[in-house]
Amino acid sequence: MTILVVAEHENGAVAPATLNTVAAAAKLGGDIHVLVAGQNVGGVAESAAKIAGVAKVLVADNAAYAHALPENVAPLVVELAKGYSHVLAPATTNGKNILPRVAALLDVDQISEIISVESADTFKRPIYAGNAIATVQSSAAVKVITVRTTGFDAVAAEGGSAAVETVAAAHDAGKSAFVGEELAKSDRPELTAAKIVVSGGRGMGNGDNFKHLYALADKLGAAVGASRAAVDAGFVPNDMQVGQTGKIVAPQLYIAVGISGAIQHLAGMKDSKVIVAINKDEEAPIFQVADYGLVADLFEAVPELEKLV
Amino acid sequence: MKVLVAVKRVVDYNVKVRVKADNSGVDLANVKMSMNPFCEIAVEEAVRLKEKGVASEIVVVSIGPTAAQEQLRTALALGADRAILVEAADELNSLAVAKALKAVVDKEQPQLVILGKQAIDSDNNQTGQMLAALTGYAQGTFASKVEVAGDKVNVTREIDGGLQTVALNLPAIVTTDLRLNEPRYASLPNIMKAKKKPLETVTPDALGVSLASTTKTLKVEAPAARSAGIKVKSVAELVEKLKNEAKVI
Repeated sequence: MTILVVAEHENGAVAPATLNTVAAAAKLGGDIHVLVAGQNVGGVAESAAKIAGVAKVLVADNAAYAHALPENVAPLVVELAKGYSHVLAPATTNGKNILPRVAALLDVDQISEIISVESADTFKRPIYAGNAIATVQSSAAVKVITVRTTGFDAVAAEGGSAAVETVAAAHDAGKSAFVGEELAKSDRPELTAAKIVVSGGRGMGNGDNFKHLYALADKLGAAVGASRAAVDAGFVPNDMQVGQTGKIVAPQLYIAVGISGAIQHLAGMKDSKVIVAINKDEEAPIFQVADYGLVADLFEAVPELEKLV
Repeated sequence: MKVLVAVKRVVDYNVKVRVKADNSGVDLANVKMSMNPFCEIAVEEAVRLKEKGVASEIVVVSIGPTAAQEQLRTALALGADRAILVEAADELNSLAVAKALKAVVDKEQPQLVILGKQAIDSDNNQTGQMLAALTGYAQGTFASKVEVAGDKVNVTREIDGGLQTVALNLPAIVTTDLRLNEPRYASLPNIMKAKKKPLETVTPDALGVSLASTTKTLKVEAPAARSAGIKVKSVAELVEKLKNEAKVI
């Protein structure tokens, strides 16, 4: 049994989500190979070779794989997949974009966002915004799986010494092209990997008021997230959305500020170790999942909190 | 150009579902059902393309039970021209749905297919990508902006790091994210008119589609419950608890 992990990488580095995905692969048992596809990704491949538990790194370095266009990357994964028992990718927007295309080309179901490995063919995954957990069994020859990163503790980024092998295959479907991107720039930790997350909701009132959360976050070394209501209202950009269809986070500490706690939001953060809710409405559903609730005006409580931590 | 929109009948997004006592699934008896919110956004986008003169005809399709006719009628009331129901059992995996949609695409030959990125029941986020694989078309997933220009469509996508724009050759598959548009409500006159719009029902067999699956659900359980904690009286007390009790700061 050999498992292929499709690596997530950005700016020439292995993304943390890859380490959680390798951890899920390790639970399956068997050799773990990592595919690094992209352009000028020699450095990424070298880093991937150091990940604990990885036996081999396959590197497909080609202009066609720049920007991870699924029309080009999926045929590459399909070509390689035939020699593997499982193909895993993190359930990032990239993984979600590419892997179902791979599964359909292999004529197998994909199992999305697993949170645990029960055996080599049986997995648990949340459905209905996490209000139910399904145990599913796959009879597919190649099991195609996306991994919810919060379900698996990351393996060490160092300590391994895998062989690096070049994959010559160049698939360029010629059906799609990268036009441009607007990436959020922040010195704060990445939302899905941060140990502390401070999130704001509709109660923040406007985008400018998020400065209170940024100040608190910087004091705590935290990332800043938001509820769908705050993103829809235009307070902050989409990449900050935590929830069922946004980012799933499970930090050590989650501080929800001015967030009422719709089930769709809870789906994205209820596995956090400690949850703090600050809301002036004491009936807000967020208090039902909070370890520590503070009924208060956030515009007084947040600056005070910033001073005291 | 012709636009095909796929919609799914799902439990209403306001309903908090309960797991059945025998762990065979969630209890959907007497629960309000609606069009999947991402599918509403897909219908709205198609209607806007028609209002702009880009789309000439909107065909809406659902793969599901007889009752999914309700959601198709809703889509017709919102502005779709005609509907197709591929009648099938309630629980289908995304690949089976994608295969049924592929058969409809082969028959209808749309230039653009718009789907929701994810259904809020199974939370799979697969069907659009799978349909793109089966048709060999390009895919623009998690779209927050869709602009048709000549024989291409530019799709701005919501990605983890921000936004990415790709240019796709038509025909293409687009899946919607939340910020693409704000769906309208159907007016009463349009709801009445929708009753007279054509709605065709076909079986997967008639389309020559196999709905076989490589996965089975063994059981469905309620998640570990999180109990409510305590209310603190002041920010000072909160900080004290976080430092000394929870030890997280």
